[in-house]
Amino acid sequence: MTATSCSIRFVLNGRPVIAEVEPHHSLVEILQQQGLFGARESCGEGVCGCCTVLVDDKPIAGCLYLAVLLDGKSVATVEHLNADGGLTVVQRAFIETGAFQCGFCTPGFVLMAHELLRHNPDPSDAEIGQSLSGNLCRCGAYPEITKAVKLAAQWQKVADAPPAVAAE
Amino acid sequence: MSHVGSQIGRSIPRLEAIAKVTGRAEYVHNMLLPGMLHGKILRSTVARGRIKRIDVEKAKAGNGVHAVITSQDILSLIPHPYHGPAFHDQPILALDEVRHYGEPVAVVLAADPHVALRALAAIEVEYEELPAVYDEVEAVTSPVAVHAELKPAATFADLKHLVGLKNTNVALEYRLRRGNVDRAFAAADHVFEHTFRTQQAMHAALEPHVTVAEPGDGSLTLHTCSQNPSFIRTEIARLLGWPENQVRVRTPFLGGGFGGKLYIKLEAIAAAAALLVHRPVKIALSMGEVFYTITKHATTVRIKSAVTKDGRITARECEAWWNGGAYADIGPRVTQKAGYTAAGPYDIENVRIDSYQIYTNRPPAGALRGFGVPQLAWAYESHTDFIAKDLGIDPLEFRWKNLLREGRPQATGATMRDAPMEKVLDRIAARLNWGAPLDRGDGRMRRGRGLAIGLKAGTSPTTSVAMVNVNASGSATLYVGTADMGQGSDTALGQIVAEALDLPMEDVKVIHTDTDMTPYDMGTCSARSTFHMGNAIRLAADDVRKKLKALEAELGLPQGSNYSVKDLLQKRFGMQAGNIIGVGSFIPPHIWPDPETGLSEEITPFWAIGGTGAEVEVDTQTGHVRVTRLINVADGGRVVNPEIAITQISGAAIMQLGFTMYENMIFKNGRVRNASLTHYEIPSYQDIPALENELLSAEDKRGPFGAKGLGESGTFGVSPAIGNAIFDAVGIRLTELPITAEAVLRALRSAQPLENRP
Repeated sequence: MTATSCSIRFVLNGRPVIAEVEPHHSLVEILQQQGLFGARESCGEGVCGCCTVLVDDKPIAGCLYLAVLLDGKSVATVEHLNADGGLTVVQRAFIETGAFQCGFCTPGFVLMAHELLRHNPDPSDAEIGQSLSGNLCRCGAYPEITKAVKLAAQWQKVADAPPAVAAE
Repeated sequence: MSHVGSQIGRSIPRLEAIAKVTGRAEYVHNMLLPGMLHGKILRSTVARGRIKRIDVEKAKAGNGVHAVITSQDILSLIPHPYHGPAFHDQPILALDEVRHYGEPVAVVLAADPHVALRALAAIEVEYEELPAVYDEVEAVTSPVAVHAELKPAATFADLKHLVGLKNTNVALEYRLRRGNVDRAFAAADHVFEHTFRTQQAMHAALEPHVTVAEPGDGSLTLHTCSQNPSFIRTEIARLLGWPENQVRVRTPFLGGGFGGKLYIKLEAIAAAAALLVHRPVKIALSMGEVFYTITKHATTVRIKSAVTKDGRITARECEAWWNGGAYADIGPRVTQKAGYTAAGPYDIENVRIDSYQIYTNRPPAGALRGFGVPQLAWAYESHTDFIAKDLGIDPLEFRWKNLLREGRPQATGATMRDAPMEKVLDRIAARLNWGAPLDRGDGRMRRGRGLAIGLKAGTSPTTSVAMVNVNASGSATLYVGTADMGQGSDTALGQIVAEALDLPMEDVKVIHTDTDMTPYDMGTCSARSTFHMGNAIRLAADDVRKKLKALEAELGLPQGSNYSVKDLLQKRFGMQAGNIIGVGSFIPPHIWPDPETGLSEEITPFWAIGGTGAEVEVDTQTGHVRVTRLINVADGGRVVNPEIAITQISGAAIMQLGFTMYENMIFKNGRVRNASLTHYEIPSYQDIPALENELLSAEDKRGPFGAKGLGESGTFGVSPAIGNAIFDAVGIRLTELPITAEAVLRALRSAQPLENRP
């Protein structure tokens, strides 16, 4: 506790949290304090998407979002996707199509792919590109990510997804 | 049931796939230790200068600041604090002088990283600014010597020929002399000469460099995002004067590498800081700082060819200047190994190559996916199309006339073997439908197509050691020092050990890069892991089999009795116990190039071959170029994991697309003006053209199960293929990268007389 810190309450992946934060703390730093490392700071300027998380169901750049603003809000990170222990259709499709290499940007892409499919269950290539253009992948897995999103859409649509795989 | 051949050529998903899609994969980035301090680096604000004064007192007094470290503190721990893989030229922190803008000068340690960052502003440094040199050609004759004296490192077997130097900016000169170049030029029907330039660029791995140093009692653990942990251990132990076994280097997964995480980056600073304050220290760079840490060489390449009137190249002269920045890093190796193939993929009787590694006052340059070949290929393959055009020969036909074919000696004298150059060229041409006419357009939008091919000699000689532990249950654990930076080495090497031991993949576990456990590996670079470590694994598996035979004999069983490992160990120990441990080490055959002629019959473990075909649309009013098709074809030997391998070709081509079209570090007085991903743009979703990737599966007889390296081959042809397609579309001869709309528009305007402009 310092002269400048304040206490905030928010919901993190469905669980209520109380945290002491400084006014300059970013959302990513608070997640790290909570032991969550799926959102990662890379560019530090909100252009790469590695730190993507959902705040009140809207994707934001966690490296730019001040932690104090979380008070009373709800945060979902990549870790919430596997709360029930299984992989999501999107995650399975990413594995099936090999849509990642180093994996550093992958949580951001996975979250954005979920967001896209939530709003648009049958996206075109152009819509996928548009929707994921805020995420960078230096390994250049973009073509495979497009395939993954389309496969996930297909699995979701016809409910013929392969059997669930444990996330552990 | 598994059988020989069942694991190679199988596209299984990456072993760590679930950890990566769930965000749980381990990176050093994630690491927090009890009592850990965060280090923030104060960097030089001049490109070259003498440090007159550093005052850290105010910063030290700051609330929450644990310590401020300068080179004076480091000297108390490490009397000779210089490191480097080629020359011991780089101080851990600047000592008396700075040689590039952004060079580390001091480190602030604090439990709160924000406190450390804020305290940097309280450090006072006074510099006496000195004249600097930035251009690689100018630096050869400049009165400014970046280093007064240079001491060779003598660490790597392939860099033993470096010598001590004084008052020169030329760190290494590789020369190749083949045939009689002067006579061939004198007799030539045509002589063509062009000079090409490439820009300084950056790896931009999305995980910026990060190291955690954890001191022990007379020992040290480094958790670091390194592509060569074995080297880090050797070099840190050397700096400290410790035995190697007291330094442990651990590397979990890397968030990208691409050559930027080789050799000492943050490890020495973090190690020194942690040992000085007896606390764990984490140093994590911001993306902006990475631009001052390691980059891709800017180059100038002059290339001159003698050609007969029917289109045979009879002689070639190349001079390449590599802008290595203030510290050589691995630049001398880039200069030499890329120098071997500077004359390109052609069968030329008379060749003269001079390749110079140059010091300047820019941030250091090292290896970046292709080890210099992409810069040279930009020169030699653009040059190829310029010549073909001037001779009125179709560029593909001109290539067919001159192509280096299987069994022929390359410029160094090394034989082209298992190097399917013709097949790669043929596949690109077929996919481009080269024989059919292309609608080039006649209005504002013009279309064109181009192709290019390149080859690379791998770094040699280098060593890999693998250890295989067959457990009493019959499952196997593989210990390798190969860093998985996203290329899928854990998976591919796991497949190789499964194949070599005739085990299903499920029975194989891969333990990577922890020098307390994994044996030596030279490094994860130069697309060497599948080939070198793969061969070491095969030898380790042979060792396992030898030991099993000995065990059979010891148990009095007839030879070839076909007992399983499990049964043999059960018989030996009376229960499920014991291990069979096999070790294999591999170093490929190599003959030193003659110091005068640069010739050698054995310079590379394998030939990497790759090429690209491109179709473009050029907006003649804006100069904007749209790449409409990008076809990448490479040879992968007998491919271990086809689906992972093809994404390496695709990813390499996308990366090189960035270096071709827009990535460019812009300097002013040595300072990078666009040191952020906002201003230094890397390819994003909307930049990706229609891609076609093809991997030839030709066996490399020396490779493990016929495999060879392929992680860089997708880069070779991209820049010149696009340049050649633009040349085809609008007739402009581009000689500099990147090919921005502005550069195209300028070239279009200068090619068109003022009075004829619309």
